[in-house]
Amino acid sequence: MTVTEDAATLAPAKEVGQPRRRKEDARLITGRTTWTDNMVLPGMLHLAVVRSPVAHARITGIDVSAAQQAPNVVAVFTGRDLAEEQGSIPCAWPVTPDMVNPGHPSIAVDQVNHVGEAVAIVVGRSKAAATDAVELVDVDYEILPPVLDMEAAVAEGADLVHDQLESNTSYHFVFDAGEAGTGADTEQAFADAEVVVSRRLVQQRLIPAFMEPRSVVVQPQGDNFTMWSATQIPHVLRVMLAMVTGVPEHKLRIIAPDVGGGFGGKLQVNPEEVLALLLARRLGKPVKWTETRSESLMAAHHGRGQVQFIDIASDREGNVKGLRVRLLADMGAYLRLITPGVPALGAFMFPGIYKFPAYRFECDGVFTNKVPTDAYRGAGRPEATFAIERIMDELAVELGMDPLELRRKNWIQAEEFPFTTVAGLEYDSGDYEQATQKALELLGYDELRAEQQRRRESGDPVQLGIGFSTFTEMCGLAPSRVLGSLSYGAGGWESASIRMLPTGKVEVVTGSTPHGQGHETAWSQLVADQLGVPFEDVEVLHGDTAVSPRGMDTYGSRSLVVGGTAVVKAAEKVVAKARKVAAHLLEASEDDLEFADGKFSVRGTPGATVGIQEIALAVFAAHNYPEDVEPSIDAEATFDPVNFSFPHGTHLCAMEVDTDTGMVKIRKYACVDDVGTVVNPLIVEGQVHGGLAQGIAQALYEEAVYDADGNLTTGSFVDYLVPSAADLPHFDTANTVHAAPGNPIGAKGVGEAGCIASTPAVVNAALDAVRHLGVSDILMPLTPERVWRAIHQGGDGGDRATAGTNAYGGAQTESTAGVSTPASSLGGDR
Amino acid sequence: MTSINVRVDGMSYSDDVEPRTLLVHYLRETLGKVGTVVGCDTSNCGACTVHLDGESVKSCTVFAVQADGCEVTTIEGVSSSDGTDGALHPVQKAFHEMHGLQCGFCTPGMIMASIDLLKENPSPSETEIREGIEGNLCRCTGYQNIVRAVQQAAGEMSGSPAGADTLGAQA
Ligand code: FES
Ligand code: FES
Repeated sequence: MTVTEDAATLAPAKEVGQPRRRKEDARLITGRTTWTDNMVLPGMLHLAVVRSPVAHARITGIDVSAAQQAPNVVAVFTGRDLAEEQGSIPCAWPVTPDMVNPGHPSIAVDQVNHVGEAVAIVVGRSKAAATDAVELVDVDYEILPPVLDMEAAVAEGADLVHDQLESNTSYHFVFDAGEAGTGADTEQAFADAEVVVSRRLVQQRLIPAFMEPRSVVVQPQGDNFTMWSATQIPHVLRVMLAMVTGVPEHKLRIIAPDVGGGFGGKLQVNPEEVLALLLARRLGKPVKWTETRSESLMAAHHGRGQVQFIDIASDREGNVKGLRVRLLADMGAYLRLITPGVPALGAFMFPGIYKFPAYRFECDGVFTNKVPTDAYRGAGRPEATFAIERIMDELAVELGMDPLELRRKNWIQAEEFPFTTVAGLEYDSGDYEQATQKALELLGYDELRAEQQRRRESGDPVQLGIGFSTFTEMCGLAPSRVLGSLSYGAGGWESASIRMLPTGKVEVVTGSTPHGQGHETAWSQLVADQLGVPFEDVEVLHGDTAVSPRGMDTYGSRSLVVGGTAVVKAAEKVVAKARKVAAHLLEASEDDLEFADGKFSVRGTPGATVGIQEIALAVFAAHNYPEDVEPSIDAEATFDPVNFSFPHGTHLCAMEVDTDTGMVKIRKYACVDDVGTVVNPLIVEGQVHGGLAQGIAQALYEEAVYDADGNLTTGSFVDYLVPSAADLPHFDTANTVHAAPGNPIGAKGVGEAGCIASTPAVVNAALDAVRHLGVSDILMPLTPERVWRAIHQGGDGGDRATAGTNAYGGAQTESTAGVSTPASSLGGDR
Repeated sequence: MTSINVRVDGMSYSDDVEPRTLLVHYLRETLGKVGTVVGCDTSNCGACTVHLDGESVKSCTVFAVQADGCEVTTIEGVSSSDGTDGALHPVQKAFHEMHGLQCGFCTPGMIMASIDLLKENPSPSETEIREGIEGNLCRCTGYQNIVRAVQQAAGEMSGSPAGADTLGAQA
């Protein structure tokens, strides 16, 4: 063994980059968790919500007398009872100055606008008592025509969702590169183009379907209130609840204990959170509300829901010349926290990784009598990525070009970074060719192409297709000034503080609020490296506004990029403060000190060292410290990024399509993501897997289906097909690494990548398998019925008949799909 | 009210329950066994999975009265002590090692279902694992690391070295 190797083994391994097993797991694998619904408080009352069974109606009367007299019912409240104090659910993102916001009562007063809207609340001594009495509340409805279809909703003379408004359009948002000075004139580009391809694509409504149902507990203590909630955003929630209810912000403490997933679905100020706070205040008692799964699917916000009209212009050689996008974006009945902003966020991502000289984006936010939409994993970016990656394939077909060749011809080259796109974003770093090469190898591309050819030639009933998605996304939400320029109601900074305890242990307080992402582990790794302390000596505190007073919470792949950077900055300050104390203790000049592996040492004086953990004790005792400093090495930092980060990657899907049954099966899925520097490869890979599952589920399984009356027919897990282990393939994943220049960690964000990239790869693969049979589009999700119809009857497979969902007796699950049974044959209108 | 006698995680309980009380509600609300959770109302998610006389059941599909005279094991009773690493059940350990959980809400049910799966089939193939845990939904992991965890636990429980890669292509 050489001396150098010896030194290397002695130096503590860097934590960043290690696949550390998660600290969080110990409690989660043993059932010693603190889900909100576990909470029991003395005298606690339970809430059950009476929800509208109709999509659109005037409330003409509510009789609560029978419910009030039911055993163990404490009180029943209607919208009228709370009308004066409930305010409106806040919308933090007025995307245009003239955006129309009809206001969003937490509980309906005069009118209901979607199935599942709260109309009364029963308060009981037990959950069962409250739930039993729900059925005793008698509500009279005068039915109004439901507005469900966006294209019909914006047509002349359409029925109105809100009759006090002039139309069903909330806003018209435009981004025009020509006007913004970031590109050429789009109309001219199209007028001059040799080739134009236009498509109408549909992004179906999805349901976030976090596994832990929403739950909230509120405890009044004098004029103070503590709320535990299964939320992604305790800090944002505190500000918003104060503004909505008038409970002063400093009298309100919000705690997000263990939270079972969110995916954007718990990025909300929920009506039920407002109502629980109001009722706790009114009753002076602790209250709890926990939703059932059916309530969750029906009343928690949905995601996606867009009709996309997209036009692409190019020359004959396949050089793209322009992109034009017009969206109808389904707001649902009301505007929640960032409902209108989701499609607007996507506006900047439609050009993808390609060098378009001209671009115009227009979006109408449209009201319908459905539950509001809002953030769902990717929020605006999956929709954009789907559209651009689908239309690139369509253009390739039109030009008779290989879809990869077309992409290559137009994507930003590695040496062109940083690159300012036609949408005005400055992409930070990457290498699309490198990621693509690696993905092709991972997939075994050439072999699969050869097999595809063989199957084509032999007329195999099972055809094979390969789909591409070469994508990027904007992450690390967000530079506060950019958010301001987009009219967002808040900043995008994040806060962290580090407390050095006398025994040398370290408390890291973060404003990021995890709900499965593993912050406790990753932040410990960051701090262990920065301070040179053992990983085990670091404790990460989060999710409680009294413990972690400042924060912007967790969404938009921002935690590591923004929150992690705040932690690193705070650690740098700790070291800087400790350096002064070390210099004093070692009787040396600060300039002569080196800091490595947790120890300050005097350059050239062997043995003169003091550890940062010892310094923590020294300043605690405070017997001997420099005169001009405070006796503390604790520090706090707030980080506001100057730019987004732009992870990218190449996702490839090989898909088998059974042309006889319409059954599709993912044969192989390979992806190479560049998420910048990887802090914990185990966590990164897990995030990619989870994202892939959700993105693939959009392509193949999930859709929130409403019937003609506005009933959600996919209102339980029987009908809303969250995939099981048997419905998903093995994923082959890998990374390339181009560090993000915008933060000291070099991280770009990974939470949404898999979800954003995978959907178009899957759909492109299915189309590639059957395009020679005349199929050029299939609506998502690609149910066997739709695929079969597209192959055998033409078109895009048609709308999913509500009669095909189990709620209507047309039982068809993925495991029985493709098998014709008397029940499943009811399921379509073929 | 009906009186029942149940052993849960090695302790005996006698209680009066309403006939309609589901086992999962009895566990959570009466016994405070909140490690077992409820994720749906249609018996689809498996979050509530426990063992009833050694067989895995969705405790939201069983009435508490049906557990009268039975032995129930929940996630809180599968390891021999307070969950310090050495005492974990091999399946619990494998979920930790293989990163088979993120938010952890599905995890108690997944672990209980996996233990039962391995009892029936000590060396399942990937497909058999995927089909074996089909009744348990996870929204976070995409299942791949859960499959690896079950493979790893199978290896450990049968005394053969672990076959699963920790990190797949990223290793
Ligand atoms: S709660 Fe029992 S299966 Fe979902
Ligand atoms: S780990 Fe979150 S649902 Fe499985």
